[in-house]
Amino acid sequence: MVRFIIRRLLVTIPTILVVITITWVLIKLAPGNFYSGEKRLPAAIEKNIREKYGLDKPWYQQYGRTMWSIVRHGDFGTSLKYEGQSVNTIIARSLPVSAAIGILAYILALIVGITAGSIAALKQNSRWDYASMAGAMLGISIPNFVLGPILVLIFSLSLYWLPPSRWGGFPSRNLILPVLTLSAVYMAYIARLTRAGMLEVLRSDYIRTARSKGLSEKDVVVRHALRGGLMPVVSYTGPALAFLLTGTVVVERIFALPGLGNYFIQASLNRDEPLIIGIVAFIAITLLLMNLLVDIAYAFLDPRVRY
Amino acid sequence: MDERPPKTPDKSRTHDPALTPRGTPRQPPLDQVDPDSIHIAPEMAIAEGDVRTAEEGGYVRGTSLWRDAWRRLLKNKLAVFGLIVVAVITIASIVGPTIIKSATGFAPDYIPSSDAKLIKSFPPFTGPNGEFSWTHPMGTDNAGRDQLARVLQGGQISLFVGVISTLVSLLIGVSYGAVAGYVGGRVDNLMMRLVDVLYSLPYIIVVIVLLSMFRSQTARGQLVLLFIALGSVSWLTMARIVRGQVLSLKNQEFVVAARATGVSTPRIIFRHLVPNTLGPVIVYATLTIPQIMLTEAFLSFLGFGVQAPLASWGSLASDGIQNIAIYPWQLIFPGVTMALTLFSLNFLGDGLRDALDPQMRTF
Repeated sequence: MVRFIIRRLLVTIPTILVVITITWVLIKLAPGNFYSGEKRLPAAIEKNIREKYGLDKPWYQQYGRTMWSIVRHGDFGTSLKYEGQSVNTIIARSLPVSAAIGILAYILALIVGITAGSIAALKQNSRWDYASMAGAMLGISIPNFVLGPILVLIFSLSLYWLPPSRWGGFPSRNLILPVLTLSAVYMAYIARLTRAGMLEVLRSDYIRTARSKGLSEKDVVVRHALRGGLMPVVSYTGPALAFLLTGTVVVERIFALPGLGNYFIQASLNRDEPLIIGIVAFIAITLLLMNLLVDIAYAFLDPRVRY
Repeated sequence: MDERPPKTPDKSRTHDPALTPRGTPRQPPLDQVDPDSIHIAPEMAIAEGDVRTAEEGGYVRGTSLWRDAWRRLLKNKLAVFGLIVVAVITIASIVGPTIIKSATGFAPDYIPSSDAKLIKSFPPFTGPNGEFSWTHPMGTDNAGRDQLARVLQGGQISLFVGVISTLVSLLIGVSYGAVAGYVGGRVDNLMMRLVDVLYSLPYIIVVIVLLSMFRSQTARGQLVLLFIALGSVSWLTMARIVRGQVLSLKNQEFVVAARATGVSTPRIIFRHLVPNTLGPVIVYATLTIPQIMLTEAFLSFLGFGVQAPLASWGSLASDGIQNIAIYPWQLIFPGVTMALTLFSLNFLGDGLRDALDPQMRTF
């Protein structure tokens, strides 16, 4: 187990460096520069800017300097557009916003998804089954940028129940609509995964044994079936996190929340190079570490898995 | 199956124990067997199917994998619903804008500039003076352009992006997976390790960086960029599926025979192995289309995807959300059309999976 974790970490670190490098190369290969706008700058000013940001140096020195400060000091530099703010402070400020929405959405999705999926599996081919699976398909098919505004239209602009946008701290009523919007897709996926996993497990021998030794149906489901049936849901956590990150980008745009995703889009539109690299690296690190955690959790849950 | 039992001119169709392997349960006469049940018990099909001959009766229509799958698909009501909706929306997207143009004079990008009164957003089924009118069933947008024509034209772009990008991912994924699976050994290990690494990357984030940095000056250029970006990040699962298929196929007799007769490796991979993986590939491709369309819409919604004057459902929704409080129809129509299409495509893909490859059911 320890060897497995070490081996995975040894793969993870170069992967993160590769992601940063890809981003850096994309930015450098792209035509134009962050300072080039509609107007052409006077040559003297352009020269000053290039010197200030080290753009007059050859590419390998620029690359080396960026990478060195990231690896050595964990420092991604200063934002080009948010003057005087370091990338690290921007990430530290915006992360709680994204994390709050993301984690709440995932918890909600787990609760609703597992419940709906289990009911569907236990009452296979019943009305409950069809209703929850149709609902799940609907959740997968409605893009979140359509669902979000429609929820706003109903609950904020027609019923005046909930605020339509903006960050109101944690916890606040402002969180309800973004979390609902974000969790819809995961609810749907988790419900489908739970149903499939449970159906398979319910047919297995050990469930028949559990039933035949006289356990109550509740015990059979909660103690035996759920544990095996939820394995696909556990392994979905990794991809879910990746989607959750992209989902927050849209949700933060719709609801005007100052999270990582919103900053990332702004940075991409502004060509704020250090901020882009910083956020991409941060997301890659989070994602890879979470994937590692999921694999470890998997080994604990399923005794058949050996690394 | 190497030794076929001799054909018998036995017209009585009784069960002949001499022709079936020992242990085969007694079966009803073949013309009373439901053809579908053969696939529930393949060993029965082998035992009985070999003795079936044309002269024994009319029930020996060859059931190919495809005809069989098609019949199973037609039994699945949701899949048929999906198929019909997808077909209707595709046809409407292709011919719709032309029909609307000839019927009402509103091309998707036609702004009624002659009359300033018309350059505003009308609700659905409403004319310039608030009366009922059939001219704009989905209303108009801020510039007075017909929403229906725009939604249909947006559908053209969305479906086009979905299909072309899926083809790109198909091309990469199938070749990659087939090569890795067939060559095997260290090469396979290395290639699949790369896929594992790519899997864990926040690819959509990298795509956003790519699209924003290389933003093309022309709408067409941006579209090509979108194909490449979307196709080149969505081939990973396809590669895994094809590799798995190839691994299970590559030691079968027909491959050994091909190798023995001196067929070159690329030819074995692409002429002998790849066609045999087609079932799962088609299923997965059908499920990839809605995913890619969703990603495209997501990118267009954020302003990185399809650029004006072209419009897709995502960019129409993005325009619509600006005016959600006053003109909700600008968002609702493209959004709901898109959701309906994705819904149907997903059902169709699920149905195809059940029909073509019942074992692949993962969820």
